[in-house]
Amino acid sequence: MFDFGILFPAVLNGLTTGAVYALVALGLTLIYGVLHIINFAHGAALMMALYGVWFLRQFLGLDPYLALPPMVAVMFAAGYALQRGIVNRASHGKDENILLVTLGLSIVLENLALLVFKSDTRTIDTPYTLATVAIGPAMIAVPKLVAFAGALVASALLLWIVRGTDLGRAIRAVAKEKQGARLVGIDVDHVYAMSFGIGLACLGAAACFLLPAYYVNPQVGNGFVLVAFTIVVLGGMGSFAGALVGGLLIGVVESLGGLWFGESLGQIGIFLLFIAVLLLRPQGLFGARA
Amino acid sequence: MNAPSPKRDLLQIALFALAVAAVAATARSGVLLNFAMMALYGCLMAQSWNLLGGYGGQFSFGHALFFGTGAYAQAIAQLQGGLNPWLALPLAIVAAALAGLFFGALSFRYGLKGSYFALVTLAFAEVFRIVSLSVPFTGAGVGLMVPLREGAANLQFADRRGFVALALALVVLGLLATTWLRHSRFGAWLQAVRDNEDAARAVGVDPFRTKLGAIGLSGALMGAAGAFYVQVFQYIDPGIAYGPHTSVEALVAAIVGGLGTLWGPVLGALALHLLADLTRSLFGTLPGINMVIYGAVLILIVMFAPRGLLGLGQSVRQLWARQRADAAAAQPREGLHG
Repeated sequence: MFDFGILFPAVLNGLTTGAVYALVALGLTLIYGVLHIINFAHGAALMMALYGVWFLRQFLGLDPYLALPPMVAVMFAAGYALQRGIVNRASHGKDENILLVTLGLSIVLENLALLVFKSDTRTIDTPYTLATVAIGPAMIAVPKLVAFAGALVASALLLWIVRGTDLGRAIRAVAKEKQGARLVGIDVDHVYAMSFGIGLACLGAAACFLLPAYYVNPQVGNGFVLVAFTIVVLGGMGSFAGALVGGLLIGVVESLGGLWFGESLGQIGIFLLFIAVLLLRPQGLFGARA
Repeated sequence: MNAPSPKRDLLQIALFALAVAAVAATARSGVLLNFAMMALYGCLMAQSWNLLGGYGGQFSFGHALFFGTGAYAQAIAQLQGGLNPWLALPLAIVAAALAGLFFGALSFRYGLKGSYFALVTLAFAEVFRIVSLSVPFTGAGVGLMVPLREGAANLQFADRRGFVALALALVVLGLLATTWLRHSRFGAWLQAVRDNEDAARAVGVDPFRTKLGAIGLSGALMGAAGAFYVQVFQYIDPGIAYGPHTSVEALVAAIVGGLGTLWGPVLGALALHLLADLTRSLFGTLPGINMVIYGAVLILIVMFAPRGLLGLGQSVRQLWARQRADAAAAQPREGLHG
C-alpha cells in the first residue's frame, strides 16, 4: 500500500493528469480573473474541442498533436466571438446575467452534442496510443507524458502572455480596475473578448493533449469542469500559480484516492474538498484575493 | 414600488384556481389533462426557484438537491416505512425543507454569494447524486419503484384529473407563500437583503436568518414537486432525482416568466411546456432537444428581455400608453390650429 513501487507510478500518473487539469483550470482562472465571473460553459467548450480533435483525426486523418495549431486558433476565435457576440451583450452590466448565459450556453452545447453524436463514447487510434516508457519502476503511457510536457509548456506560454506582453498588461489592468483601464485608453470590451478567447484556446490545447489517451462523449466536460472549479478555488480565484500547483495537486490526490478508496469515492473526495475549500477558505490556499 | 394589495393577489389566485379547475373538469382529451398536469408541476418548481432566486437574489444551479430529497423521502417513507403516501407527502416536504436549511446554514454562514453560491449548489447536487448511486437505501443505480396501487386513498389516481387537482393545490400553496412574501415583514427583509445586503444589515435585518428562511421555503416547494413526481411516475433514480434536468427547468421557467413576481413562474412554466410540446410534435422525441430549447430560450431571454415575459409585457404596455398619451397630446393642438 505504501510501497514505493506502487506509490511512485501512482504519483507520476497523477502528475500527468494533473498537468492537463491545470491547463483547463488556467483558462477558467484567466476568465474569472478578468471578468470576475465563472464561465459555466467551460466544460462544454472542452467537450466541443475534444469533438473537434476527434473529427480532424477521423475524417482528415490529422494527428492530434498536429491539430494543435488549428484547434487553438479555432477555439480562440470561438471564445472571442462568444464573448463579444453573446456574453457581453447579454450581461446588461449585471454579473448574474453572465452566470445565466454561460449556463445556457453549456446546456445548449452539451445537448446539441447529444443530438448529433448520441451518447456514444468515442476514442481515436494513433500509433502511440498504447506505447509506454519506463521511468524508474513506473511504466507511463507516452501520450500522458506528452500531455504532461505539453500542458506545462502551454501554461508557461500563458504565464508569459499575461506577465510579459502588452496584452497581458492590459488584461491585468482590466482585471484590477476596469474604470481606470478604460480611462487610460484600454479597449475593455476587446480585452474581455481576448481573455475569453485565450481561456478557450487553453481548452483547444488541452483537448489535443487529452484525446490520444482519453475519450469524448457529450458529458465528458462535466467531470473536468468540477475538477477545474475545484482547482481554481483551491489555488485562489484568478491566481495562475495557484491553478498550476492546484492542478498537479488534485491530479495526485485523485490518483492516490483512487488507489486507496476506489474510483467513485475518489471523485466524491474531490467534490468534498471543493465544498470544504469554498466554505472554509473561499480565497483559496494561495489567497490571491483578500 | 407600488405592489398591488394582498386582496388583489388573492383574488387573482382564486380566479386562476377556478379557471384551471374548470378546464380540468370539462376537458375530454387526455392530452390536455396531461399537459395541464405537467405544466402545473413545472409551475411548482419555478415558484420554488423564484422564492429564493427572485425574491432572495440567491441563484441556485442545483435545485435538484431539494427535488431529489423530496422524491426519495416520498418513495422511502412508503417502501421502508410502510407509510400511506398521503402521510409521506408532508414528510417529504419537511425533509426537503430541512435539506434546504442544512445547505443554507452551511453556505450562508460562510457568506457565499453570486457565482460561489451557484457553484456550491451545483456541487452539492452532484455529491448527492453520486452518494445516492452508491448507498443501498436509495436502490443505487437501479432506483426505487413504488408499487402500483391505484386509488385516491393511495395517492395514485386512475384519472389524470386527480393529479391535476393535487398539482393545482400545491401550486396554489406556492402562490399563497409568494403572496405572503410580497406583503409580509419577512418578505420585505428578504427583498432588502437581495437589493443591498450591507444596507439591510445596517437597519437591523439579519441577512443570515432571512436567507435561511427563504431557502427552507424554497426547498419545501421543490420537495413537494419531487414527491409529486414519484406519485405520478412511481419511479425515481439518482439521475432523475439529482441530475441537472430539474435544476435547469426550475431556473429557466422562473427567469423566462419574470423573477420576483407572483405570476412570472406560472407564465414561464406554461410557455416552456407549450414550447416543449410544440417541438415534440414537430421533431418527435429526440434525446436532448428539450434541453437545447431550454438553454436557447434562457440565453435569448437574458439577452433581450432580462425581466422575463412579464417584464416584456409591461414594457409593451408602457410603450402603448405613452404612444396613446402622445397621440392624445397631439390631438387638441391640431384642433386648435385647424
